[in-house]
Amino acid sequence: MKEVTVYVPKDSAALAVGADEVAAALQVQCATRGLPLNVVRNGSRGLLWLEPLVEVATPGGRVAYGPVTPDDVPGLLDAGFLEGAPHALRQGAVESIPYLASQERLTFARMGVNDPLSISDYEALDGFAGLRRAATLDASAIIEEVTNSGLRGRGGAAFPTGIKWKTVRLAEGPQKYVVCNADEGDSGTFSDRMTMEGDPFVLIEGMAITALAVGATEGYIYVRSEYPHAIASMNEAIARAEAAGFLGDNVAGSGEAFRLSVRKAAGAYVCGEETAMLESIEGKRGIVRSKPPLPALQGLFGQPTAINNVITFASVPIILSRGAQFYRDYGVGRSRGTLPLQLAGNIKYGGLIEKAFGVTLRQLIYEYGGGTRSGRPVKAVQVGGPLGAYVPESQWDVPLDYEAYAAMGAAVGHGGIVVHDDTADLSKLARYAMEYCAIESCGKCTPCRIGSTRGVEVIDRITAGGGAVSSQSEQVELLRSLCDTMLNGSLCALGAMIPYPVLSALNHYPEDFRIVEPAHPPVAS
Amino acid sequence: MAVSLVDGDAVADVIESHSSTPGALLPILHEVQDALGYIPRDAAVRIADALNLSRAEVHGVITFYHYFRSEPPARHVVQVCRAEACQSVGADALISHVRERLGCAKQAHSADGRFSVEPVYCLGLCASGPALTIDEHLHARMTQEKFERLASRLEEQS
Repeated sequence: MKEVTVYVPKDSAALAVGADEVAAALQVQCATRGLPLNVVRNGSRGLLWLEPLVEVATPGGRVAYGPVTPDDVPGLLDAGFLEGAPHALRQGAVESIPYLASQERLTFARMGVNDPLSISDYEALDGFAGLRRAATLDASAIIEEVTNSGLRGRGGAAFPTGIKWKTVRLAEGPQKYVVCNADEGDSGTFSDRMTMEGDPFVLIEGMAITALAVGATEGYIYVRSEYPHAIASMNEAIARAEAAGFLGDNVAGSGEAFRLSVRKAAGAYVCGEETAMLESIEGKRGIVRSKPPLPALQGLFGQPTAINNVITFASVPIILSRGAQFYRDYGVGRSRGTLPLQLAGNIKYGGLIEKAFGVTLRQLIYEYGGGTRSGRPVKAVQVGGPLGAYVPESQWDVPLDYEAYAAMGAAVGHGGIVVHDDTADLSKLARYAMEYCAIESCGKCTPCRIGSTRGVEVIDRITAGGGAVSSQSEQVELLRSLCDTMLNGSLCALGAMIPYPVLSALNHYPEDFRIVEPAHPPVAS
Repeated sequence: MAVSLVDGDAVADVIESHSSTPGALLPILHEVQDALGYIPRDAAVRIADALNLSRAEVHGVITFYHYFRSEPPARHVVQVCRAEACQSVGADALISHVRERLGCAKQAHSADGRFSVEPVYCLGLCASGPALTIDEHLHARMTQEKFERLASRLEEQS
């Protein structure tokens, strides 16, 4: 009998629901039945409600079954799933599943297809084509390509990547660095983690291209300690890329050197802020630096440093291999290309959805997400992590675009979307935002350090009610004033953006704060 | 708690292996904690001496980062995510249940020192919450029933 290849993901989201146990059950059951089996541990396709999503390679293509538990394995084999036969868990040809088929996967093109640590599999799907081309170009041509693509920082700040690189290129310094911010601490985001676990070479390739562009010979990837599988995957991928000549003394035959290493973070959310991250890599507490000087001029160890997020780097290879125009043809307005969105929280079909900018929240929540997992109505959607605004239903048709979101007092951020049903209490979530800021503040600036604690107290006084209407409205006024101070007076985005979730909750869901309306509204003067 | 001679050697080896690492403090602290489970006070003193830092600076770094421990952990550490995505699918109730179940309702450690329950802010499993880790193993789509099975298994082990 011919050996059958079966794919069982090893992404954390699959491991956390028993993928290892499923792989083991398959091995044992097939051995017992004398069925030759080749198990490949692939990345995740990002259809996370179906994990563990097991795929069988059949002559007609890969057929998916999910979510599979170890107890399902004997029944699947009885039904003939190794030939792609019908079964209650059969999802059909994986690439025809509408959730996946309707996406525009550029950065995530290879996600879940193969063994993430196989260089030959990576190269078979256009891997290292961007770096090979970059190795033949001069630095200014690489930067021009990235500038023309319209790529902006995917970590949340949306700064044009090509302009940042040009600044580093032109800066004077004996040593330049490329640093990847993989301190993905935002609740509701996991695209960095998926990339590092499921397609680590694309990050390496993007960073190597950056190194050639800016003239750096050393690079670091700063990864959260909460992501042990991503750290292991990156370390192994770096070793293999170096052995294959894509890192090291002569990057892809360019004659330039670039060495890359992983730095493990230690559980401080504020280290996702770029200057706090640099302090941390230097071996210090993650205290935010004042800007200027920009890290592009004086960054890691005081040297010119190109810092980008995982997804920004991972978007670069396809820009180099397919050209700037190909990439900028996706998107709307000044938001070019695609964004890997992460649909999370109380959602029926949560997962990774890469789409061109311009998609709406309503499409994502209902057409992809199928509404809440609880089956209750959606009440609020937080976009952009703990520092992002709660977006009410009246704004769900606004196209996802950096400028359009900024105009409504929200932020696209890192593309994390957290859905809450109608049991959510937005005053509690606003209080949590302030509490979280108090826990994670680095303590350098007063608005963030003190303001966050005072914010918790003021919200408690508002929601306690009981007092006179006038005293509650005074407290609301105080909260707004405090948010204004934090927004305008904080040193970094942590203190400056915590007002987004707090004020959006207050403005759009005042009933949750138990706001008592005055019996006779004050007459306008 | 004194560092045994063997532990002392482990700390010396870690320091030695990072003699040419730029910004070596965090990598050293990670490796010491990986080897010993926490960073004992004497280890911190030796690290400070080796890196030409003050003890206060090293103490400052250890206490700034949530991940580093200055005390030995419980035999089994359960970390429950309480960030927004997990909150939206019942993390608050889950963490109360886990604390209650493992005897950690009033303090971080259970009275017998076997268990500790800690909050964690995002494990990157936001579409499959609520999520937790038990001794660094990930578990998602957690329910009280599923946790009961895991907790019984833990109790059998220890």
